[in-house]
Amino acid sequence: MVLFWIALIPPGTENASSTPLSIFDTPTPMSPIPTPRRRSLKGLSLCVVSLGMLGLSSNPLAEPLAIKAVADGVYVHQGRHLLPNPENHGEIANIGFIVGNHCVAVIDTGGSQAQGESLKAAVKATTEVPVCYVINTHVHPDHIEGNRAFKLPGVKFVGHYRLAAAMAQRAPYYINQARDLLGLTLGPDDFIPPDVEVRESLDLDLGGRKLHLVAYPTAHTDNDLSVFESQSKTLWLGDLLFMGHLPVIDGSLLGWLKVITQLQSIPADRVVPGHGPITALWPLALTGEKRYLEGLAEDIRAALKANKTIEQAMNEIGHRQRADWQLFDDFHQRNIASGFAELEWEDPSPEPAMKNPGRSDP
Amino acid sequence: MKTLIVRILLTFTLLHLSGFPLGAMAEGEDETQWTSHLKHQFFGDRPISEDQMTIEITAPYRAEDPALVPIQITSKFPQTEAQFIKKVTVIIDHNPTPFSASFEFTRESGKADIATRMRVNAYSYIRAIAETNEGTLHMAKTFIKASGGCSAPIGTDSEAAKARFGKMKFKFDQEKLSLGSANAVQLLISHPNITGMQMDQISRMTQPAEYVTDVRVTFDGNPIMTVKGDIALSTDPNFRFYFVPGQAGELKVDIKDNLGHQFSANQSVNP
Repeated sequence: MVLFWIALIPPGTENASSTPLSIFDTPTPMSPIPTPRRRSLKGLSLCVVSLGMLGLSSNPLAEPLAIKAVADGVYVHQGRHLLPNPENHGEIANIGFIVGNHCVAVIDTGGSQAQGESLKAAVKATTEVPVCYVINTHVHPDHIEGNRAFKLPGVKFVGHYRLAAAMAQRAPYYINQARDLLGLTLGPDDFIPPDVEVRESLDLDLGGRKLHLVAYPTAHTDNDLSVFESQSKTLWLGDLLFMGHLPVIDGSLLGWLKVITQLQSIPADRVVPGHGPITALWPLALTGEKRYLEGLAEDIRAALKANKTIEQAMNEIGHRQRADWQLFDDFHQRNIASGFAELEWEDPSPEPAMKNPGRSDP
Repeated sequence: MKTLIVRILLTFTLLHLSGFPLGAMAEGEDETQWTSHLKHQFFGDRPISEDQMTIEITAPYRAEDPALVPIQITSKFPQTEAQFIKKVTVIIDHNPTPFSASFEFTRESGKADIATRMRVNAYSYIRAIAETNEGTLHMAKTFIKASGGCSAPIGTDSEAAKARFGKMKFKFDQEKLSLGSANAVQLLISHPNITGMQMDQISRMTQPAEYVTDVRVTFDGNPIMTVKGDIALSTDPNFRFYFVPGQAGELKVDIKDNLGHQFSANQSVNP
């Protein structure tokens, strides 16, 4: 199985930096994947209702995912502000696609292969233009687990240059989590690393419209990628932007704040957040997230200054904005922990100076 | 509340009907790893008391960030000539490497207390086993639920840790030490502490394990706390512990990792 899977991966991944890819070397119409296994649940009305949510296996007859156009040719499916659980299988993020004259680019594929299949059905119901690119905005399972549905000849996977490493490191844990907490069976072949890696930026031509992809230093994760569609001036941010759903730091609090400053200057008309409404006004949409992250940094610095421990900080600080966010109680404490561990390395002012640490290599 | 119950029942029913394993939800607080082999592997046939008179372990019930779970071990008596804790071993039953760390203390430690941060991969007991000067073993344990979030126990910004590789800091609760009593001190070590666990078939860029194996803290040459570490220690290993200074002196720390890198730092401390 593993050998078979390796054979499907191109021998070398491309490393791209501001290099437009030709659209003509890739497009191939999609063909439905055969369904090797599908559990029979007929006769149980309860299960018929739940079939779509269960994500049992690849399904060529998948119901098209509900999508809405946020601009001409730009389609988004709205996620829900829930923790990944056995009912939703991690199908909680905003995902979608952009249609050009020759190519479709899918941006994030959802929390399960089943959701990926539904997204593929939605593309098919919308346009005859083939999918050439699947862009993964970052490694989190609610954004990449539908990849497998698009693993077809002619489809190139595009991601941050650190995405493959992040997938490799996290896959064992995500596979266990999916089994224990989501009722989903995942294997190594559910983690499809990018064929095209973005080191700084990359332009993709879909025919009549261009996508400008940018890879960021560590922010929400260490592998965040944004997509700017220049014709409609739509900025697709993945989880660099949370709205409604509390921002989750899985990278760097200070890094994220820096990236937010960088993002603000992008001349977009609208933005698609990774969690939240399907579209929002730009750059106004950043306000809530920025306020939360800045407030958190400020509170953690104050706690560090007062010599609080990480446990005290996790229990005490930053609840001012609780009413503004959903899933606050699920993610706020971990944000404190992660921010605390980062900020305690900022230069301390009241500390006695240390003698030079000596280092000796073996 | 009612809707919640209905949702849970519905979830269980769906899972059950569709033949999915109930996984962690049905596992409960499972001790079989410990009783079937871990106990024997680490302590042989020695009796281990759960008397609750020796140490206590505190950890959040839910691992908010599985890469960074604060763990506190608190001793129930001070380190005296007559009675002291020599060593505390921390085992996380369901981690890929259950041995997480051990901490050796002396009478100069004042208290055999330690706070650190660990990776917790799954629903698991985390247990601390103390060995006293008399050679008896005493265990405290607590159960940790893995969080359902998107982060993984690897830690993410190891690049920052690499940039500071080997940098260390001491932090004190008070600016001045109090002589003759137990003073809290925190040691911060910048080290990626990479587990090396990954699915090689996904990426060709494999990262070998690189983690702190030894930390030795002395005050004026006398050992205060000695750590044997493993991959369960979070990125940028961090320890809070105590020591009893008799006079002004020098705190020194020497660390070593599995690849043989060595670092040391020292700092004068004054009352």
